[in-house]
Amino acid sequence: MTVLDPARIARVSGFGFTASADGYVYRPTSVDEVRRVFELARETGRHVVLRGAGRSYGDANIGAEALVLDCQRMRRVLSWDPASGVLDVEAGATIQDLWKIGLEDGYWPPVVSGTMAPTLGGALGMNIHGKNAYRVGTLGDQVLDLDVLTPAGDLLTLTPDDDDFYAVVSGAGLLGAIVRVRIKLKEVHSGDVRVLPVACRNWDEQFRTFEEYEPDADYMVSWVDCFGRGKQAGRGSFHAAWYLADDASAAATLRLDHQELPDTILGFFPKSVVWRVLRKLNNRTGMHFLNWAKYKAGTVLGDGKPLHQSLVAFSFLLDFVPNWQKAYEPYGFIQYQSFVPREQAPRVFAAQVRLQQEARLESYLGVLKRHRPDRFLFRHAVDGYSLALDFKVTRGNRERLWNLCHRMNDLVLEAGGRFYFAKDSTLRPQDASAFLGEEALARFREVKARYDPDALLTSGLAQRLDLV
Amino acid sequence: MTEYRAAIVVGASSGIGREIVRQLAARGCRVAAVARRADRLAELAAEDPDRILAFSHDVTDYDAVPGLFQEIAHRLGGLDLVVYASGAMPEVGAHEYDFAKDRPMIEVNVLGAIAWLNQAAIRFENTKRGTIVGIGSVAGDRGRCGQPVYNASKACLATYLEALRNRLARHGVRVVTIKPGPVQSEMTAHLHLKGAMPAAEAARRILAKSGKTGEHYLKLGHRVAFYIIKRIPSPIFRRLKV
Repeated sequence: MTVLDPARIARVSGFGFTASADGYVYRPTSVDEVRRVFELARETGRHVVLRGAGRSYGDANIGAEALVLDCQRMRRVLSWDPASGVLDVEAGATIQDLWKIGLEDGYWPPVVSGTMAPTLGGALGMNIHGKNAYRVGTLGDQVLDLDVLTPAGDLLTLTPDDDDFYAVVSGAGLLGAIVRVRIKLKEVHSGDVRVLPVACRNWDEQFRTFEEYEPDADYMVSWVDCFGRGKQAGRGSFHAAWYLADDASAAATLRLDHQELPDTILGFFPKSVVWRVLRKLNNRTGMHFLNWAKYKAGTVLGDGKPLHQSLVAFSFLLDFVPNWQKAYEPYGFIQYQSFVPREQAPRVFAAQVRLQQEARLESYLGVLKRHRPDRFLFRHAVDGYSLALDFKVTRGNRERLWNLCHRMNDLVLEAGGRFYFAKDSTLRPQDASAFLGEEALARFREVKARYDPDALLTSGLAQRLDLV
Repeated sequence: MTEYRAAIVVGASSGIGREIVRQLAARGCRVAAVARRADRLAELAAEDPDRILAFSHDVTDYDAVPGLFQEIAHRLGGLDLVVYASGAMPEVGAHEYDFAKDRPMIEVNVLGAIAWLNQAAIRFENTKRGTIVGIGSVAGDRGRCGQPVYNASKACLATYLEALRNRLARHGVRVVTIKPGPVQSEMTAHLHLKGAMPAAEAARRILAKSGKTGEHYLKLGHRVAFYIIKRIPSPIFRRLKV
């Protein structure tokens, strides 16, 4: 009998730490070592769970008693061409690695999430999007080619010309381990972007503002105060941003030190303790106040006045306060993001927020973004909008919160909307099959049978949704 | 009372161990019942086949423990409680010094416990959670005329568990030493104990106390009595008939 190294076991959690499981964590440094983990799983009759930086909020990166394949040590740069901006890296490289490699040569990752922590492999497994999703699509749309090691043992190179490419990217790590990625970075002429904040008094203004800036803005995102009611429902603060075509200070702004996030607020308050302050305010009353204060500040300070911000400061809002997720301890939080076609989005999102208010379970943070459809198998995007919501889990609210999410799911499904596995904790199997569709599921099973005939790859999410 | 979802009970075919299995299963916990006697285990598992899994194993087969421990946790889909309830206490005469009788007491009560609980300790130290329960005995509190090696084995177990507790407390792991007094079981049947606690009641009290790390007696009277007994000076203690 093969006995695993007992010291490899660890409690592994999703980023929202509402889901966790004990697994044997392996951190390979080469393709051969990844292959060996698949063999070990076969020998011991266990499953394998692929995990990047562990930034999926729910249960997509955990598996009880499984071998957890953490690829963060596979992050070597295989080649970088400053003339073309083409980067060839191992898939454990993070978004942070990408911009740190490219920026001084005038290149920026074409798609970034709100945190720079995710690995490329994990980010492609979930096919992440950024604030420019409506313009450039998802991360998968930027890839030139990639290598995937299947549990069957084949190392395949896939390009956007291969049908399987569209299954592996977005496949939630259930088809094979992405081990290498070649990607073209976006050429930029400044390390800053021009940012325009616009205060929005309600849903109407939110969507009107998105439509107004959609034709030419490079990025759009809006924060929504989910405590706003009546005529102020949907109030918040929209931000559009543009790359700078011409920056007299480009030599300075493209340097890494210009991009460093400060470690204090206002020059004296250490950010490392901000989460402790947030934790005290992290209740319905405190967050009602903070959301109101943020909205009011947005209407007074800087409304309609463009400013320059570094690419890092604008892009990685979630990295602005270190360890902010700890403010949600001890029961954690869930992130809920639904994607709704353009015409239906105002109605559905307004109804979602009303349901939250009726249940007195308002999201403490709401973020609205614009998207465009794509051809990936487990795609989340539609030609429309998404609303991402953070909900605190408490000792007593779990059942009510899940019920609320299920009711919000129904609204999304009725409107032909979709969901995003990186942020999901509450979907039921019927919800997943309803938005994915039988055709996509059949195609997934067909690829799964070829790539992973022993069904080694799984995850908490895959089991919850009956995907494997 | 602490809720457990997946537990291993070693020494599950009779007495306290069997009752702990039954009570955990009744509370919705999936339990691996580990013991030597396969027929007894099969009967126990048949009582609640969805929740009780039987694993036949001789605790003196130390080399088999790491593999079996992993297999059980795999089958259970996780692990948050390990109870070591195996114990041997053969009848020993007042003038008997029989190594053949003494040896299994050390093997079952001490070495078996170390083999199993070391595995639990590695796992729980790494996962930063979990509960280890060792069934010691009041007999380990002093060396007495009647059962020198049994006394020594339970003292060894108690000290081992204390050390585990001190190692693992900082990792969020509970290590609980239970010192039952007389309990009605096959192991104690030959002693014809008066006022012995039924095994089901002992199991209930053990599970209730498992939520608090430390050393526990099952009766207040025992706690008081053994507080005193442990402090009786040796020159006096050796003249007493306790």
